[in-house]
Amino acid sequence: MQLNDWLIMKQELLLVAIILGILVVWLWKEPSNEAWINGMNLVLFFNIIGGLWDFNYGTLFGESFLVTPLILAEKTILNLAVWIIALFSYDWCKKANNLPEFYLLLITSLLGMFLMLSSQNILLFFLGLEMSSLPLAAAAGFDFGRRHSPEAAMKLVISSAFSSALLLFGISWLYGLTGTLDFSGLITHIGHSPLSILAFLLILSGFAFKISAVPFHLWTADVYQGAPTAVTAFLSVVSKSAIFMVMIPVLYQTFEEQIDIWYPGLIILALASILIANFFAIKQLNLKRLLAFSSIAQVGFLLIALAAHTQEGATSVLFFLLIYLFSNLAAFGVVSVLSAQYGIEEISDLSGMYRTHPFLSWILTIALFSLAGIPPTAGFFGKFFLLLSGSSGGNYWVIGIAAANMVISLYYYLRVVKTIFLNQPVQSLPQHTLSFSVKFALLFCAVGIVLIGFFGFLYEHLFQLLTGIN
Amino acid sequence: MQHVPLLHILIVSTALFFIGMYGMFTRRNLITILMSLELMLNSVNINLAAFQRYLYPQQTDGIFLSLFIIIIAAAEAAIAIAIIIHLYRTYHSVDVEDASELKY
Repeated sequence: MQLNDWLIMKQELLLVAIILGILVVWLWKEPSNEAWINGMNLVLFFNIIGGLWDFNYGTLFGESFLVTPLILAEKTILNLAVWIIALFSYDWCKKANNLPEFYLLLITSLLGMFLMLSSQNILLFFLGLEMSSLPLAAAAGFDFGRRHSPEAAMKLVISSAFSSALLLFGISWLYGLTGTLDFSGLITHIGHSPLSILAFLLILSGFAFKISAVPFHLWTADVYQGAPTAVTAFLSVVSKSAIFMVMIPVLYQTFEEQIDIWYPGLIILALASILIANFFAIKQLNLKRLLAFSSIAQVGFLLIALAAHTQEGATSVLFFLLIYLFSNLAAFGVVSVLSAQYGIEEISDLSGMYRTHPFLSWILTIALFSLAGIPPTAGFFGKFFLLLSGSSGGNYWVIGIAAANMVISLYYYLRVVKTIFLNQPVQSLPQHTLSFSVKFALLFCAVGIVLIGFFGFLYEHLFQLLTGIN
Repeated sequence: MQHVPLLHILIVSTALFFIGMYGMFTRRNLITILMSLELMLNSVNINLAAFQRYLYPQQTDGIFLSLFIIIIAAAEAAIAIAIIIHLYRTYHSVDVEDASELKY
């Protein structure tokens, strides 16, 4: 292989270099947490820049590793999300024990996602999937002091292992059916026998577990509540986005012939996710659990557009993932600050927070408005595109139910906003000056939420990238 | 020696998979749940090895995938056992019923 060939996988190589760098620095001398945080924030920033330096596209390793402009853009989105998470978890990181391990786990997981996104072969795909989900289980139990952390980690590792077993069982039947593990080979050999449908359904349920669509969502709220907020943000934004980005080519290209199976399947998953998540979210008292159910509902909206099987559908999924990244990270950023500084995660503890913490209150409000889909924020445009492309199949009753549920979801989002702005404070939270990196991350997210909706060219650009996806 | 038909092997592996799934849903001990999980993963290995041997003897894809599955199952078990030990230190039990504080 020549140097140019290696540059095709430079985003992965950068991550490997960062992982090795962390290990070496850790062995060589033990910097303080403060030094780690500042260093890693800088390194992750240069990781984004480095990934975008000089584009190289092509295939590697006997066509099993592919980089296209689309995959490069998707990896950049994930890189950006990890950088924002590292920025806003400043307060938590400062108190954490064994902080380098936290970065190691997250970056290893990110590397697994990159391999998964680039894979053209089921072997590499499966390796990437496992590499992305196993470190997260360890990361979910990272806070040794928290009582709930081992329970969250246990639930995550058992459910992710169960979902991989389902996925693998499906893959094994698929191998028996087609005799190949290449995605390109599967397209031609897959056929339409009952066995291929069984295999496909097993694979789909494996995916549904990872994106936590109802009825495979039972682990979500518990894991989100028990894990450290930074890990929760990673789980809800980065790993879900990665699975959606993989689902687009897998459903649209590899399993294109099975569309009469996966179209109703996705619609059922989507409607169940939206309805059940909304009804459960209404009665939540914990902010992280509320955001967990809210993220399940968002998955339902994404699945509606994914089921459309058009280029517009895929584009609006990617576009919404970008918006969802900013909105959810802003919300989790505020929760992260609150839980690290004051140890509060209950909604009732936020009463009257506006009087003492106007900045955090506004950021959380903008983020919740965007998640609810209220017009000036990007969330509205994202949901609008999702439902518009989802309606192209002509199933207007699905769109109607989804739109009605957007109204229901307003109830629980606005309840939090009301608690912040209108309720009398029960306990006065002491003032606390936010560090620069947290402030920057939250402002960055807020600006993203407000502006992305007006950046039509982003949608156009993603649309261009997705040409030929179906 | 008479060959075992492919169908019999597939029946065994499918039965193993669902026995594993049944074990995961009914058992309350985390170690047993982990064992059930290994049953599920190993049934996949049997499937892959059987398909490779009977249907596609000229290829190596299936065997390679099952090798990787064995390795990943080991990694999974390592992480799961570490988490179970952590859980035991917190709750003094490896029963999932005892570790169910996170719920609404």
